[in-house]
Amino acid sequence: MDAAIKVQGLTKRYGTLTALDDVSFEVRRGELFGLIGPDGAGKTTLFRLLTTLLTPDAGSASVDGLDIVADYRAIRRRVGYMPGRFSLYADLTVAENLDFFAALFGVDAAANYELIAPVYRQIEPFRTRRAGNLSGGMKQKLALCCALIHRPSVLFLDEPTTGVDAVSRSEFWEMLAGLKERGISMLVSTPYMDEARRCDRIALCDKGRLLGVDTPQELVRSFDDPLYALTGPDLYGLLTAARRQPGVRECYPFGAAHHLVAERGFDPDGLLRALSAEGFTGVSIRPVAADIEDVFIKRMGHE
Amino acid sequence: MSKPILSVRELTKRFGTFTAVDRISFDVGRGEIFGFLGANGAGKTTAMRMLCGLSLPTSGRGTVAGCDILRESEAIKRHIGYMSQRFSLYDDLTVLENIRLYGGIYGLRRREILRRAVEVLRRLDFGSERNTSVGALPLGWKQKLAFSVATLHRPELVFLDEPTGGVDPLTRRQFWELIYEAAAGGTTLFVTTHYMDEAEYCSRVSIMVDGRICALGAPAELKREFGAASMDEVFRLLARGAKRSE
Repeated sequence: MDAAIKVQGLTKRYGTLTALDDVSFEVRRGELFGLIGPDGAGKTTLFRLLTTLLTPDAGSASVDGLDIVADYRAIRRRVGYMPGRFSLYADLTVAENLDFFAALFGVDAAANYELIAPVYRQIEPFRTRRAGNLSGGMKQKLALCCALIHRPSVLFLDEPTTGVDAVSRSEFWEMLAGLKERGISMLVSTPYMDEARRCDRIALCDKGRLLGVDTPQELVRSFDDPLYALTGPDLYGLLTAARRQPGVRECYPFGAAHHLVAERGFDPDGLLRALSAEGFTGVSIRPVAADIEDVFIKRMGHE
Repeated sequence: MSKPILSVRELTKRFGTFTAVDRISFDVGRGEIFGFLGANGAGKTTAMRMLCGLSLPTSGRGTVAGCDILRESEAIKRHIGYMSQRFSLYDDLTVLENIRLYGGIYGLRRREILRRAVEVLRRLDFGSERNTSVGALPLGWKQKLAFSVATLHRPELVFLDEPTGGVDPLTRRQFWELIYEAAAGGTTLFVTTHYMDEAEYCSRVSIMVDGRICALGAPAELKREFGAASMDEVFRLLARGAKRSE
């Protein structure tokens, strides 16, 4: 039982909707594990099951070696949970919220200060401000402190970076990397695929199911179709024209260039000639390594 | 640039002693896809609210879709479209009911609403789903419908506020094709996003930091100017220097 989290065939239905469909995976101790997928993937349902706020319809799971149904009381003492929606007390101050959560778990906030210090220091100047009057970024840091105050062995973070700009997102992941150093196991969900590489391992999820579980590097390596970056001045024209060419399986926007998924034996020079004959100028094509998004799109299509 | 569809000069909004938007000036040309970027707290939402006629500027001037920001803020609302990821359609209403509701809000006549509803259903190939609750539709369909509903009154300018937040990578790309298509048809699109790859798809991009616009140009120009390989890098270079957050 060296797993921080063990999930086997976990299923949850709401009426006729299967929010989580026969999901299995394991999070190792000390691992920073990412659950990557869009809205409706079942991420929040999985969090609620693992934090014992919901019970499954089928399957089983354990957290820190404890069963999520039989041992729910014990689990609640050992896990920290930062829900996607702000759920602190808006009319308590920063310090009062922290003391409140410490009291709930029967711990002394001061005694555990060193664990939260790297995060708490950033909001300490506002310790007498009501939580409702904090900025979004500060609320997020306070929520993280409150989820950590009882030294949980497993930390659950549900979309902590949603709606946050690229720079603040990056800073938040640095904080998580710091907690990992302290040996805390973490399950973090995000709709941002570019955050995948911040995790030790990830599960790609969509519509209640897992599309793959591995390290981000291995998942990217598993993409074995020929992949090219295609760019030129008329990006939209290029997109529709490229899709009509032989040997092109798919072509979709990917930042400054399009990603073109080709069949084996595809001839990029032939494509350039064909596009030039259609009047396109300044077009370039080069082989490119796959990104997590390419993997996700491909696996979505295979369902 | 031909006569711009949106033009603001020294637009400023203060709340007490706090200057949320600090003398921003820019133009948006017809048919452009204009990316409006900024860190959290940079003043994007406040600026957007002024541009949509929801809030009056403290000082500065400008026009949006031919309406004066100071004197005709009410009229602006009838001349623009607005869509956000978080709230745009009523899940409990059917596809047709949503279209009728929005047509009514935009003040279209009943007969005109029905005519446009038929047209939208045909264009999206949604005919068979017209009596389905929107909540039961796949996300990609919902987005297409939300966009069609936001443009039901055929505005020349459409504001898209983080239209792709929390959306899977495939649907996100399909949505951008809708944006391209609308721009090719002459509609002007004003888009905010936290996905920096989407900034690359814009004709021009502005980046706000601490209430001011500190970069403005085509993605290729901005990358050259800042010696960056991607818009993500440009954004990071600028936003790292930000003093305030939300």
